[in-house]
Amino acid sequence: MTARNRPLSPHLQIYRPQLTSVLSITHRASGVALALGTLLLVWWIAAVVRGPDSFALVQHFIASFIGRLLLFGWTWALFFHLANGVRHLAWDAGLGFDLESTTVSGWLAVAASAVLTLVTWLVGYVMLGAF
Amino acid sequence: MAGMRAPLARVRGLGSAKEGVEHWWAQRLTAIALVPLTLWFVYSMVALTGADHKSVALWLARPRNAVLMILLLAATFHHTQLGLQMVIEDYVHGDAARLAAIVAVKFLAVLLAVGSIFGIMRIAFGVIG
Repeated sequence: MTARNRPLSPHLQIYRPQLTSVLSITHRASGVALALGTLLLVWWIAAVVRGPDSFALVQHFIASFIGRLLLFGWTWALFFHLANGVRHLAWDAGLGFDLESTTVSGWLAVAASAVLTLVTWLVGYVMLGAF
Repeated sequence: MAGMRAPLARVRGLGSAKEGVEHWWAQRLTAIALVPLTLWFVYSMVALTGADHKSVALWLARPRNAVLMILLLAATFHHTQLGLQMVIEDYVHGDAARLAAIVAVKFLAVLLAVGSIFGIMRIAFGVIG
C-alpha cells in the first residue's frame, strides 16, 4: 500500500455550504482583502506627506468608478471582519458556542456589516453634498 | 492528563507543540484593540470626505489623531501579518514556498508599518507643508 492510498478526509466540495462554514471562509477572504486595502491607506498617508499634487492624484483615484467600487468593497469587508471578529472573541470567551447561537450571531454579523456599510456611504455622500 | 506532566512543563504551559499561544494571544489582543480603533478610523474618514490636502494634513497633525493613527497602523499591520501567516500555513504547500511567503509577508508588514508611521510623524511634527 503506497502513501497515496491512505484515507483522506472528504474534499470541501462534498459538503453542503452552511452559514457557519460560509462565514468562516468569508472571514478569511475579507481579511486577505483588507490586507490588500492597507496599501491604499499607506498610499493615502504617503500622498499627504508628499503634498497637494500627490494628494489630488490619490483622491482622483478614490473618486473614480473603480476607486469607489474598491472602497465600497473594503468598507463592507472591514465591517464584516469587525462584526464577525467580535463573534470570534465571544466564542473565545466561551459564549454563544451552541448551534442555535452561532446561527443567530452569524446573521447578526451579516446584517450589521450591511447596515454599517450603507450608513457609512450614505453619510459620506451627504458630506459631499449629494443630497 | 495534566497529572502526567512534570511541574516545570505545567508552569511553562506550552503543551506538546511548545509554541502557538503567543500567536493566538497576539491576534486576540490586536483584535480587541482594533475594535475601537477601526470604528474611530471609519468615523474619521467619513468626516474627512471631500476634504482638501491642507485640512487632512492639519487633521493628521493634531496630537490625538496622530497618536490614534499610529496605534491603528501598528495594530493593523501586526494583526494583518498574523492572519496572513495562518492563511499561508494552511494553503501554501512545500516548505520552501511556505517559508518564503511568510518571511515576505512579515517583512512587507514591518516595512509598510514603519513607513506609514514615519509619514504620520512627519505630518505631526510639521515637516511637510
